[in-house]
Amino acid sequence: MSRSLFLKLLSGIIVFGAWEIAGRIPVSYAFPTFFESMAALGVMTIDGSLLEAYVDTLRPLVIGLLISAFIGIALGLWVGLTRWFDWLVSPIFIVMQAAPLAALIPLLVMVYGIGLTSKVFVVCIMAMPVIVLNTAGAVRNTPTNLKEMGYSFLGNERDIILKIVVPAASPIIFSGLRLGTSAGFIGAILSELKITPTGIGDIITYSRSIADYPSMYAAIFSIMVLAVLFLNLLERIERYLFAGNVRGYATD
Amino acid sequence: MRGDAGADATVPAAAVSARNVSKNYGEVEALRDLSLDFPRGQLTSLLGPSGCGKTTLLKIIAGLLEPTAGEVEVNGRPVTGPGPDRSFVFQDFALLPWASVLRNVAFGLELRGVAMSEREAIAEKYIRNVGLAGFEKSYPHELSGGMRQRVGLARALAVDSEVLLMDEPFSAVDEQTRRKFQEDLLGLVAGENKTFLFVTHSIEEAVYVSDQVAILLPRPSRVSEVIRPRGLRTKNVDDIRRDPEYLDIVDRIWASLRSYVE
Repeated sequence: MSRSLFLKLLSGIIVFGAWEIAGRIPVSYAFPTFFESMAALGVMTIDGSLLEAYVDTLRPLVIGLLISAFIGIALGLWVGLTRWFDWLVSPIFIVMQAAPLAALIPLLVMVYGIGLTSKVFVVCIMAMPVIVLNTAGAVRNTPTNLKEMGYSFLGNERDIILKIVVPAASPIIFSGLRLGTSAGFIGAILSELKITPTGIGDIITYSRSIADYPSMYAAIFSIMVLAVLFLNLLERIERYLFAGNVRGYATD
Repeated sequence: MRGDAGADATVPAAAVSARNVSKNYGEVEALRDLSLDFPRGQLTSLLGPSGCGKTTLLKIIAGLLEPTAGEVEVNGRPVTGPGPDRSFVFQDFALLPWASVLRNVAFGLELRGVAMSEREAIAEKYIRNVGLAGFEKSYPHELSGGMRQRVGLARALAVDSEVLLMDEPFSAVDEQTRRKFQEDLLGLVAGENKTFLFVTHSIEEAVYVSDQVAILLPRPSRVSEVIRPRGLRTKNVDDIRRDPEYLDIVDRIWASLRSYVE
């Protein structure tokens, strides 16, 4: 454990050290050092502008992710359990997953305007397909012997789904949720850059336009940290719900 | 009843009987017109080379598969699906990896709607019986193969059904553990008033543990012979493998099976 902590600290020092050195050379006028960025992060945290920005950014992100998670898992279960629904629904999500989102944004804005709805849509389009497709695939591949076990011990259809199919699929459902969450973060920032500049997207756009590069990098850095924290939270939930399934993650 | 068993007047009435059971998977004939009785309170093994339909027959009796023709009766009632009178021990254990030993053993009772405290009390008793006391909180991946199968056995015993269906239960555990299991199984058959159906591909194992060995042959699948060892059940478990009757039966079964082994 202490060894893995040491390695994590070491990898942090290497990455941030390289950032600091690259900033000092400098590789570009627009590339601030690590410490300048952290100082800007500190300033924005203390004056409250970062918190304010996150209230704006997190709203479409959290709404979009909750919708994607609940509807995505429900749809995925249905797709995985019924052949005809699979044929009906899967192609939509495969197309959605493959579609270049940036090209669709003008269309979304035309239909839903520049408000919250469009941003939630962008998050959902990014996050939902992988959640649906992962869930469906996992459900379809439930080990036959576990289902037979359930039936032979007199489980009904509902028991089999809730007590065997879903828990057995949970590692892949959760990996879908993790991928979906990362994609949702991309969607949230993309929508702030492409639709209307609010929240973190606004900080990034604005500080770039006034050449305040440390603030710009501080905002980018903070959203990455937040995404990692989100993924950690998901892992904790999974660990809590399905202890025996979990055999360790890279972010332990 | 076929073979030399028909003459034996001491055979108890059948707890399970298969009557003219056939099963086709598309073009493939897994079982053809198979009839066999399983005497109450005894252990009957289904022995045969792979592909002879042993597991198919067991799953039909369990109600997990429907026969294409014929029927299975348990205590005189035709089987239409899984029932409380039968429980199953799986070759690959079929344990829930996300559930503790305690929950796995109690899972059959959980599916029957038994209340949490009651089913855990029952499960704890059977966990002790199979020698896993102290492992209640462990997860399957923390146990050895032999211990996992003890969990599977405890789960099947915990629902207290009359018939225990065991599908090659010891084939995935190591040789020493298997021998211990076989001895324990003899104790179980003697101690519990249950009917055991035991699928195996090991001739020695079948002769060692069985009151009755049904030899199944493939192409087309059928019961070729039913052998009832006469004197082995009264012997000490340590002496069975040296008994002339044991050795004779093992030889005889090998003689009839060898031509079917590729």
